[in-house]
Amino acid sequence: MQAAAGRGYTQHMGEHMGERGTMRVKTGLAEMLKGGVIMDVVDADQARIAEEAGACAVMALERVPADIRRDGGVARMSDPQMIRDIQAAVSIPVMAKCRIGHFAEAQILEALEVDYIDESEVLTPADIEHHVDKWKFTVPFVCGATNLGEALRRISEGAAMIRTKGEAGTGDIVNAVTHMRSVFGGIRRLGALREEELYAEAKELRAPHDLVRWVAENGRLPVVTFTAGGIATPADASLCMQLGADGVFVGSGIFKSSDPDRRAKAIVEATTHYADPKVLADVSAGLGEPMVGISSASLRDDERLEARGW
Amino acid sequence: MRVGVLALQGAFREHVNVLQRLGVDVVEVRLPKQLEGLDGLVVPGGESTTIMHLAALYGLDAAIRDFNGAIFGTCAGMIVLDRQRLGLIDIAVERNAFGRQVSSFEADIEIDGVDELFHAVFIRAPWISDAGPAVEILATVDGHPVLAREERVLVASFHPELTDDTRIHQRFLELVREETSVRA
Repeated sequence: MQAAAGRGYTQHMGEHMGERGTMRVKTGLAEMLKGGVIMDVVDADQARIAEEAGACAVMALERVPADIRRDGGVARMSDPQMIRDIQAAVSIPVMAKCRIGHFAEAQILEALEVDYIDESEVLTPADIEHHVDKWKFTVPFVCGATNLGEALRRISEGAAMIRTKGEAGTGDIVNAVTHMRSVFGGIRRLGALREEELYAEAKELRAPHDLVRWVAENGRLPVVTFTAGGIATPADASLCMQLGADGVFVGSGIFKSSDPDRRAKAIVEATTHYADPKVLADVSAGLGEPMVGISSASLRDDERLEARGW
Repeated sequence: MRVGVLALQGAFREHVNVLQRLGVDVVEVRLPKQLEGLDGLVVPGGESTTIMHLAALYGLDAAIRDFNGAIFGTCAGMIVLDRQRLGLIDIAVERNAFGRQVSSFEADIEIDGVDELFHAVFIRAPWISDAGPAVEILATVDGHPVLAREERVLVASFHPELTDDTRIHQRFLELVREETSVRA
């Protein structure tokens, strides 16, 4: 648990003797986001559309994953000016992405007072071995994971929220489903093991034994778990929620569709009423064209973003 | 006793868990008809703009205005109940008053009429910037009201559902009982 002392925030604070940057406070914000949709936005106008549509937070980034994929090159943290513009435009939480292992980008995002940092495989990794030591920060982090071991390694580094990875920027839900089934199925399997078997299992998962044991005893991750990557329709959001996600990130799926405003509202509604097929039928009707998408199976291995992260 | 928890978005599951531990029959409320037969209602933390948006879609905003049982709003829930929105308690609320997430904090606070300190978790928390004469202020931080009550409505800018201390939920359940007996 990390206190905020010495990080330069005191000038903004009142007199109270409260403790900032604790794990409870970090995971607490994620608890408040549950049942909600976090939308990728590239400018203040999109951020306002997202807020108006009922997004519970926005992710400020320069290019949505579909464009990063198209443009190629190195994808980095966004321009601080653009993040500030978005912070000024909306009252909901603003998140931003740093490259895997790029703790200097993370320090800059913390100084900007973003509400969450996404240490994201969608950007080009800065370190092929180490992720950011997230305990050192007051701002909370969300990290991607394709399986239970990866999720627990990120939590042991201080992640306060997990996002199961899909294949971002494709509009194809198949990878998100695979990874949710892998994480949530992995949790269910741990619950079936005997206590002494958890040591070998921790080794297998390459994750700390105390975390593995906590998950086995509680039947869930110790942090809120959203899903991301390829969500393009209300039905996709419902599928993710029914598979066990606490909420969804939608990247290219909204602002790459023909009617972003209506689609954004429909996905928000579908995430709340995910278990009510009649509501889902109504909100799915007449939404216009979804993003065109790329079948994830057609990607070469070196085009897969989800494989980034270690 | 049957208590509803508004389950549109946010930390509704935590409230459900606390109330169930206190032996209450709990209903998740997503549509107006689910308010029928309830003795009390919790409006949880989450994003107030999201909750208001989703409530308006199915007429839940009007239905909650007409609901006559006791109501408990936490954080975003307090915002939803204020003068500017549902108008169920005579307070004005400043959103994110303590600042962005880096200023979120936990602290032991004094509560009126409670002997021991309460460990309170504040997440991008609002505070009460103005209150009518009928509003009873029950706790403050840096001079700003963070817990208040007006008749059957209780509001907190922090999150008692995120800790194991159930005293504030118990206080709410007393309000539910009082209100039920008044109506009976």
